[in-house]
Amino acid sequence: MSKSKKLALLAVLLFVYLVVLPLGLRDKPYFLGVITTASVLSVISAGVWLIFYIGRINMGQGAFALVGGYTAAILISKCGWPFWFALIGAGVATVVLSILIGLPLLRLKGVYFSMITLSLTETARLAAQSFPSITNGAKGVLNLPLPGAIKIGGFTLVPDFATVDKHLAFYYLGAVMLIVGFAVLYRIVNSRLGWLFRSLQQNEDLASSFGVNVPRLRVIAFAICAAFAGIGGAFFIATQQCVYPATFTVQDSTNYLLYCFLGGLGSVWGAIAGSFVLFISFEMLQGLREYQPLIYSLIMIGVMLWLPNGLLSLKMPWSRKENTSLPAEEEDA
Amino acid sequence: MSSTLMQIQNLTKRFGGLAAVNDVSFDVNDGEILSIIGPNGAGKSTLFKLISSFLHASSGKVIYLGEEITSMSPHKVARLGVIRTFQETTIFREMTALENVVVAHHLQSTATLTGFFFGTPAARGDEARFRESAAEILDYLGLGGVKDMKASNLPHGYLRALGIAIGMAARPRLLLLDEPFAGMNSDETRHAIEMVRGIRERGVTVLLVEHDMPAVMNISDRIVVLNFGKKIAEGTPAEIQSNEAVIEAYLGREDEEVGI
Repeated sequence: MSKSKKLALLAVLLFVYLVVLPLGLRDKPYFLGVITTASVLSVISAGVWLIFYIGRINMGQGAFALVGGYTAAILISKCGWPFWFALIGAGVATVVLSILIGLPLLRLKGVYFSMITLSLTETARLAAQSFPSITNGAKGVLNLPLPGAIKIGGFTLVPDFATVDKHLAFYYLGAVMLIVGFAVLYRIVNSRLGWLFRSLQQNEDLASSFGVNVPRLRVIAFAICAAFAGIGGAFFIATQQCVYPATFTVQDSTNYLLYCFLGGLGSVWGAIAGSFVLFISFEMLQGLREYQPLIYSLIMIGVMLWLPNGLLSLKMPWSRKENTSLPAEEEDA
Repeated sequence: MSSTLMQIQNLTKRFGGLAAVNDVSFDVNDGEILSIIGPNGAGKSTLFKLISSFLHASSGKVIYLGEEITSMSPHKVARLGVIRTFQETTIFREMTALENVVVAHHLQSTATLTGFFFGTPAARGDEARFRESAAEILDYLGLGGVKDMKASNLPHGYLRALGIAIGMAARPRLLLLDEPFAGMNSDETRHAIEMVRGIRERGVTVLLVEHDMPAVMNISDRIVVLNFGKKIAEGTPAEIQSNEAVIEAYLGREDEEVGI
């Protein structure tokens, strides 16, 4: 696909996402909410995707989302911060935390890293329960206000969410997060940083042999991953206006992982494709009641079997040809 | 006589009770080709990893240009110009040959990581320079024709040269080659020897670990021989060939029962 065609496709998708969908679903807050949630789930999953990209499987993204959620909730309810500062605070808190725990944890590889990150989500939940003086324990933090207005010198940049259609407001906030998040990710992957991350994924020793500071680079990736989760977590507590220790569970951590797996690890867009298709199909299966998880799981198994490289490996009419450019005089190796 | 580039002083590495490298000392002179040889299990690979800081010594020192590098992290040692290569399977398999070498130009970056993220002019300049320099290195090592091929598809014979190209991209002052001639036929070895000599002509000191005796005798200015972790001899190829201790280490003593 040529560059101009790609840009045209991107423009069409953005138009549908930013104009057609919100206008069409304006009177259906439930559907609007589903797409909003899918947008922010994509951002959180994108963090997991980046950790895949340096060759680790992060099963603890829910922990960072929970930390981000609680940080925002506490900053809003106890310190009286406006939501927007709390959102940034949540990002900063998760970045600091990820650097502190990432330095030792990222020395682990393969299944050991996965196991220890898996336990992180549970650790975060227990921590939230165990410090009632800060987190309000199992009761959680309730009755958070909706995000207020952002005004710069009398000009209203963002209206108070309480005065407008809040579903539409959250939809656009989610959309902004998705677009910014993936612009950052796209830029990382397509700059020299992406090459360095790919080199870590393929062989850390070889990378350090030509002077790459491998531990530092791993922590940078982990911090970006955590920031995505922290900001996403803060978003969700703002939509729900509350946070509990069980707002993000091990189940969520696993889901983020599955969104990446099933969306496709080969491309930046995998996390979006996975989150949208899987989350929306899960919601659409609600009519099946008790059979919902069963059918949903069958769909997931089917995707894994027939599309082992993810949903994005589906052959579309416009998909580009595989270019393996062999030299003219290939030898028999 | 040329000056000393690196001094290895009483270097020892113990794994539990076993001293894989035991009190080894020698100097590496600027501009020479120095080989480390020894029977299997003599501690060559361990010594190699100690010098490049991929392993840390139990005792002893490695001094490079007057600075002790014994317990530095590998990337810092690489920054000083001591670059190791790996055996052939260690490459970035999912990248093309050219991309492998472009990535390896890391130390020549003038832009910061943030600069690369935002695509500053310095970053774009770096990218262009790296591609040019990588293509030049690949041409020089005879990989020009396969530079756009994915590394995992490369014919076996090219992989070792690719490993050396990755090392050369880091602009080494001292290049450590891990068995550069292993598994080559005599034609390929002759070609590879020329390649290593060419690298030395570019002002790079070469230290290599190798099994292939004829190649080592042909290429080396000096040789260090290890056996059971200890240095048993050091000298020019001619001196090593007539050294009693070396012959004994490789062939065994006549009056000893050797199970060959």
